[in-house]
Amino acid sequence: MLDFNAVVPSIPYILKGIGVTLQIVLGATIMGMVLGILLALCKIGKVTVLRIIADFYTSIFRGTPLVLQLMIIYYAIPQLFDINIDPMPAAILAFGLNSGAYISEIIRGGINAVDKGQQEASLALGIPYAKMMKDIILPQAMKNIMPALMNEFITLNKESAIVTVIGALDIMRRAYVVGGSNYHYLEALMIAGVIYYIMTLILTFLGKKLEKRMSRSD
Amino acid sequence: MIKVENLHKSFGKNEVLKGISTEIKEKEVIAIIGPSGSGKSTFLRCINLLEEPTNGVITIGKDVVTDKSTNIMKVRENVGMVFQHFHLFPHKTVLENITYAPRNVQGVSKTEAIAKAEELLRQVGLHEKRDDYPNRLSGGQKQRVAIARALAMNPSVMLFDEPTSALDPEMVKEVLAVMKSLADSGMTMIIVTHEMNFAREVADRILFLDGGQLVEDTPPAQFFKEPKSARAKEFLEKVL
Ligand SMILES: Nc1ncnc2c1ncn2[C@@H]1O[C@H](COP(=O)(O)OP(=O)(O)O)[C@@H](O)[C@H]1O
Ligand SMILES: [Mg+2]
Repeated sequence: MLDFNAVVPSIPYILKGIGVTLQIVLGATIMGMVLGILLALCKIGKVTVLRIIADFYTSIFRGTPLVLQLMIIYYAIPQLFDINIDPMPAAILAFGLNSGAYISEIIRGGINAVDKGQQEASLALGIPYAKMMKDIILPQAMKNIMPALMNEFITLNKESAIVTVIGALDIMRRAYVVGGSNYHYLEALMIAGVIYYIMTLILTFLGKKLEKRMSRSD
Repeated sequence: MIKVENLHKSFGKNEVLKGISTEIKEKEVIAIIGPSGSGKSTFLRCINLLEEPTNGVITIGKDVVTDKSTNIMKVRENVGMVFQHFHLFPHKTVLENITYAPRNVQGVSKTEAIAKAEELLRQVGLHEKRDDYPNRLSGGQKQRVAIARALAMNPSVMLFDEPTSALDPEMVKEVLAVMKSLADSGMTMIIVTHEMNFAREVADRILFLDGGQLVEDTPPAQFFKEPKSARAKEFLEKVL
């Protein structure tokens, strides 16, 4: 007994969650990329302390549930620092810190997969380490790992639904609110499912296009 | 111009260079010959410190490159290197490959770097490829671009590590021709090669390495006619 008529008026309300979800995902992706690159550089670098810290960081964030990390950040920050944190920044922070760990592993693998000769040629030309990384090694690593990064991005987009536990008004939360208001949970959740699915399709499509553009020099 | 004194290099317990000493004058062309695994590449790579010598002193011009206080990067700018597998930057065009280091390491202006790159591309006969990516080039063309890239830094010495070993036979000639004209122009060159005819024609001296030791240091005419050592004789019998 599905009755979509009961939830149709609320569809615009649910759709507004797309903006919230995208905000979280984009914010977290940018943060995750920056953090991921920094962590990856620490992991492949020669400074032992940095390597250990980066490895430890990664193992913590990969070794505990994301929903736990999210709740710790949301509830612990006010308790420890006596400042309030809204669900949105808390969500971006949690997802950013978490995907930084995953992305760092992807990037590390990508850097290691770049032909060692590229580094040799750079060194032989007297190119300093930072420039070599930025202009020679990382661009090639990025190209190789585009599919894995897109995958991470899409996963993040779906997983972001757990922000509902701290009350951020994303697609998921809104569907749940609508369901609760008229007891048509199933219909509301199905609408949310369709929205997530279409977003995934669009992101996948955009990812493929980006990959194509980046492989110009192949 | 380059002085190598008692150069030792070990990888762990494996001693690859066992005390090599030689001196290379300006404008000299040196061919390094020897069996595979004899330490030729390692010797070359010690000169621009891609490998750190375990012991010994290397001097290039006034710089003691093995001295801890010497700026390695500055030394490397002055020493061009060409690899067996080219190692062009695949995500940069031919022109960008050549201009990157002058612009980013030496601070040369864009216009100046491009002008120099175009001149070098003409010199190696590849001016029409300036905007292509390396994947569009044949092996021989790649290697000529790699030579131009190294020359763009105005090095005072060029190191070549088997520059034609990865090439199809029909492309070897074009690369050797570029190297020959470079030698004729007075560039100081150290070349690890298996191209015996090239070594005979172009080199001023042959250094024969075997088992990490400099076994012979002879002019090519003599080396190919009558090598001094039994080991070189044996090697030549195998390759000629
Ligand atoms: N980075 C390295 N680590 C360990 N052993 C190495 C390394 N590079 C070279 N070797 C060893 O040093 C020896 C000489 O190598 P190489 O200089 O490349 O010889 P060649 O160029 O004459 O063939 C070989 O036994 C090789 O296995
Ligand atoms: Mg070799």
